[in-house]
Amino acid sequence: MSAQNVWQALARPGFLLSGWPLRSIGYLIVNGLTGLLTLVVAVLLLSAGGLLAVVVVGIPLLGAIALLGLPVAVVERWSLRMIDTRPVPDAHRTPPRPGLTSWLRTRFTEPVTWRELGYAALLMFVLGPIDLLAVTLGVTVPLALLATPLLLATVGEGEQVNVLKAYAVTSWPGAFAVCAAGVLALVACAYGLGLLAGSRGALARILITPTGSQLGERITELTRSRVRLVDAFEAERGRIERDLHDGAQQRLVTLTMMLGVARLDAPAGPLAEQLTRAHDEAGMVLVELRELIRGIYPPALTNFGLAEAVDELAARSAIPVDVSLTVPQRFSRPIESTVYFVVSEALSNMAKHSDADRGEVSGGYEQGRLTVSICDNGCGGADIDAGTGLLGLGDRVSVVDGRLSLSSPPGGPTRIVVEIPCQPLPNSE
Amino acid sequence: MPAASELRIVLAEDSVLLREGLIGLMARFGHRVVAAVSDADGLLDAVETHEPDVVVTDVRMPPGFKDEGLRAAVELRRTRPALPMLVLSQYVETMYATELLNAGDGTGVGYLLKDRIGQVEEFLDALDRVVAGGTVLDPEVVRQMLRRRRNPLETLTNREREVLALVAEGRSNAAIAANLVVTEAAVAKHIRNILYKLDLPQTEESHRRVLAVLTFLRS
Repeated sequence: MSAQNVWQALARPGFLLSGWPLRSIGYLIVNGLTGLLTLVVAVLLLSAGGLLAVVVVGIPLLGAIALLGLPVAVVERWSLRMIDTRPVPDAHRTPPRPGLTSWLRTRFTEPVTWRELGYAALLMFVLGPIDLLAVTLGVTVPLALLATPLLLATVGEGEQVNVLKAYAVTSWPGAFAVCAAGVLALVACAYGLGLLAGSRGALARILITPTGSQLGERITELTRSRVRLVDAFEAERGRIERDLHDGAQQRLVTLTMMLGVARLDAPAGPLAEQLTRAHDEAGMVLVELRELIRGIYPPALTNFGLAEAVDELAARSAIPVDVSLTVPQRFSRPIESTVYFVVSEALSNMAKHSDADRGEVSGGYEQGRLTVSICDNGCGGADIDAGTGLLGLGDRVSVVDGRLSLSSPPGGPTRIVVEIPCQPLPNSE
Repeated sequence: MPAASELRIVLAEDSVLLREGLIGLMARFGHRVVAAVSDADGLLDAVETHEPDVVVTDVRMPPGFKDEGLRAAVELRRTRPALPMLVLSQYVETMYATELLNAGDGTGVGYLLKDRIGQVEEFLDALDRVVAGGTVLDPEVVRQMLRRRRNPLETLTNREREVLALVAEGRSNAAIAANLVVTEAAVAKHIRNILYKLDLPQTEESHRRVLAVLTFLRS
């Protein structure tokens, strides 16, 4: 396995021949230059802002200095990949709303912005100069030493050359001795620059990556975005259902009516037979379309809520199902549809696999918790991981912070329970 | 085949295509759509203005696209119990049927899937039956109700349930007999048993038939 970062590479024998010394140099140069550039921008902003502060427009410029850490951190995150292949997560939150105001509010209120500003200051005044100095020395000194014989032969005309403008070499043996020292210096500098880049990277990583609490925030954020996704998914289902209902379904009804009228007019014969077939076919499409729409989003759920929609499900079940579901309340759409589809899936599994001759759906809303259980008297042995149906439903249930549990010992009975902590919608009883 | 008497109809349906189609269909069968509206408020106004013989209305209409048409129909059932009402719906909803029947005495009212419009003659026949004071429920509604309401209907035999289902669809004894391939006398006997088992009071027979239907809707 190849090295994942410069530290691992340093510990391996092939370090000098690998790309890591060059990567380290690249990293240090990018950061040194970034520090320099940031310093220039900061000075410009500070002077322009200071001058213009009297006419108010300067104040935003001064404010922009506080955000200097942001681009610096972006460059740092990008350049860190040169010396470390581990990802550097962005610790910033996504603003809750689009627009500049929301973005600014988010950035100014999150701690990571200020830590990045601190890193930018450190880079401008301390780390950047060190980076540049180290690279300059670490590259030029060994090269100069190595080049001594060459210089003696060319510029020195075989007589004298001043190594690093300090040490005069006048003989060939001396020149080759310096050259040999250059090889040693090259090795030392490669390791030195590698060590420096590694330490610098570690420091930057500590300063600009999320801390524990920020990870917590990101988990919250991810959870929220998952809920938003599910909500959007629900809304989309609703839209598709409406579109089908108002568009295709109405047209099909009209079509079957037209075909029905045409059948009345058609003289007996092959034409009438064709019409009859077309008419029957259109009628069947209408039935299929209605089933499809019910599968996308059952109208009974929208109009009457869980109890009625589950009643309807039970009425359509192939196995007789007793329903005692006491939920006069209405709940938010994702919760109602989650429970509905759990019951739907459970009943269809029951019909397919359980060998049961009686089912039961029961439950209610008590103490902030909606509980629905689906049982049968069948052969059991259901596995939540075996069918993707139940597993997917488990995921849906967990999105609304609920729990889906399955008990199905071999020999039965099977019992599926879904529990969701939730509040009913106001005025829904 | 024009009907014996022209019906004056108020039609509420928000899909233009279907509305025009229905107007044409009614005209063909010798009826007249005196007002065709596209929402529930329009329906109430049109009934006020035109005093029709029968109302045919969709359930889901603007502005909310929920059950505005049904709400209007229920209101009309309360304010004008004698006005026959045929409600069409894209999908079967036993709650709607129950509400409709409960809003009045259960006569002169129908609830059908829109699919049935395609069977034009049966559809017009259903319209006539509603106008004549019958109760017409979509076979799909009846099927769902029979499956889900088990008390006190559990005491009925399968054949009695079949008969009750057909009664609920508004069929006459003769039609039921033809449908089940039995004699009318047998049908009458089944109906007596049903009325007895459902413990319905001794009143006029046709009214008791309606009550029998209502029993399983309300149970």
